[in-house]
Amino acid sequence: MLAFIIRRLLQAIVVMLTVALIAFTLFRFVGDPVNQMVGIETSAEERAQLRQDLGLNDPVVFQFVRFIGNAARLNFGSSYQFKTPVIDLIADRLPATLELAFVSALFSLLVGIPMGVYTALHQRSILSNVFLAASLIGISLPTFLIGILLIFLFPVTLHILPSFGRGDVVHIGFWSTGLLTASGLKALVLPAVTLGLFQMTLIMRLVRGEMLEVLRTDYIKFARARGLSDRAVNFGHALKNTLVPVMTIAGLQLGSIIAFALITESVFQWPGMGLLFLRAVQNVDIPIMSAYLLLVALIFVIINLTVDLLYAVVDPRIRIDARTA
Amino acid sequence: MTEPVLSVRDLKVEFPTRRGILTAVDGVSFDIAPGEILGVVGESGAGKSITGTAIIGLIEPPGRIAAGEVMLRGLRIDALSGEAMRKIRGKRIGMVFQDPLTSLNPLYRIGEQLIETITTHLNLSGAQARTRALELLAEVGIPAPETRIDNYPHQFSGGMRQRVVLALALAAEPELVIADEPTTALDVSVQAQIIALLKRLCRQHGAAVMLITHDMGVIAETADRVAVMYAGRIVEVGPVRDVITAPLHPYTKGLMGSIPSLTGETDRLTQIPGSMPRLTAIPSGCAFHPRCPRAFVPCPTFRPELQNEAKSQVACWLYQPFPVTAGALP
Repeated sequence: MLAFIIRRLLQAIVVMLTVALIAFTLFRFVGDPVNQMVGIETSAEERAQLRQDLGLNDPVVFQFVRFIGNAARLNFGSSYQFKTPVIDLIADRLPATLELAFVSALFSLLVGIPMGVYTALHQRSILSNVFLAASLIGISLPTFLIGILLIFLFPVTLHILPSFGRGDVVHIGFWSTGLLTASGLKALVLPAVTLGLFQMTLIMRLVRGEMLEVLRTDYIKFARARGLSDRAVNFGHALKNTLVPVMTIAGLQLGSIIAFALITESVFQWPGMGLLFLRAVQNVDIPIMSAYLLLVALIFVIINLTVDLLYAVVDPRIRIDARTA
Repeated sequence: MTEPVLSVRDLKVEFPTRRGILTAVDGVSFDIAPGEILGVVGESGAGKSITGTAIIGLIEPPGRIAAGEVMLRGLRIDALSGEAMRKIRGKRIGMVFQDPLTSLNPLYRIGEQLIETITTHLNLSGAQARTRALELLAEVGIPAPETRIDNYPHQFSGGMRQRVVLALALAAEPELVIADEPTTALDVSVQAQIIALLKRLCRQHGAAVMLITHDMGVIAETADRVAVMYAGRIVEVGPVRDVITAPLHPYTKGLMGSIPSLTGETDRLTQIPGSMPRLTAIPSGCAFHPRCPRAFVPCPTFRPELQNEAKSQVACWLYQPFPVTAGALP
């Protein structure tokens, strides 16, 4: 098991170095950083001095190593637009994005899995068909459209729930949370549903497909032949086997929820990282872009690692393979 | 004669499909006496497994038992409610499936699966159930059950897994065990062990066995009586010695003739021309008549019923007076 973890960690480091290389080349190829930092009236000597101070005259390899060294210490330089350290900007907005992502992931799992199980167990019922038809809508409508429709329905027409922002937040150390105030919770509902709807339908269809597959297996037939109750067969045996692949997909989806929250954040003006990134793109604020890239990669890597380890916990076959490998 | 453990009368199993209703099992009747081992043989698709599945009430919808009855010691079980039938499955009828590699849930320890089965049917505490599980594992010949009970299925070989499956099937002391091709997926060297174990265990526990297989060798070694199935019907049923040495039905004769003998010097193995009909196109009259070397006047029109002949029962017009009007019918 330890060898398995170490191997996975080494793979994760390789991935992070690759992403770091891409993030680093952003600086090199998207214009001259010096030009973006100084004004028109800066003299050539000052520019040369700045170039020297920033280490831009060093060999590329040195610069890359320095970039990684800085990134490892969470030093991503200063934002061109805000003139403040990028890490402070991100730390300020990270809680908003993470809360949104986790709540919508939770929503998609808590609603998607029961719906998937229901549609698999009651294939011919009317409700199953309603769920399936609704999931088709969820899977085919673009996120921004769902967001706008929800805004039109709840805040505009029914005058409930706020249409933008994060509501009141409470600061706990460096973390600002909207989960402890009524207005924060209210503000979270629509963005979380918007962001989670696609994942929910995906998970529902995945659970349904996997469960139908599992219900056809011999060990389910044998479990029934042993006289176990429907409950034990469906939820003890079938569901557990269903959730193994679902876990992988759900884990990866959590990564993409965080990464692609930016559309939802922009529709609801949610003060998260996605919105920060969008503004950075508009203003060619490369330090923010490269830091965001690294952060998202890190989140993906951590989630993948966690899913792999969870897999080993749930599925004993993988545990053994890992031990012998 | 003692009351049979299982009595099947005119069982008919149908599967409605888009192209009409398929009859997989058509009017099958047989009895199994207490402690008896009944072998059921036939080619693939003859309806052997469907018969077994129907008895234990696990026909997948839209398939259904369309007619007939299944009696377990006088209790009619084919029409029981789902919950009442569930209490019989595993408790009074155990079942063993073909492939031990896929019969056990890979995510649960074998002990968990045993204990779960035991506590479902017997009124035992967790600790008592574990003791019972250990006894069962020892009984089916799993070495070092105290350590093996906490292993997962993939840590066992195929033969060992089939032993675990047998332990599961026998966990609640059923009166009847339906073994559906229990050795087909196993190595030849392990097959004999499993069959011997099945036979010994059922003797010891007094359970009757319905042994479904297409392996005549297994039947000859194990069964007391044998039923030969063809196209969803039983064509011949009788004591295993009689059926093997003196088969009556032309299909049984063909089946026996197609088995190579180790001792006798058979020049050529006989083969039955053609193949078993599809369920969508079962011939009229006797379903075997298009392939039968001895088919004659009544066979394409009238369906023969099982009649006593010597010590067996056979469904063939060669052994019973056939309807004289046969040739005159359109």
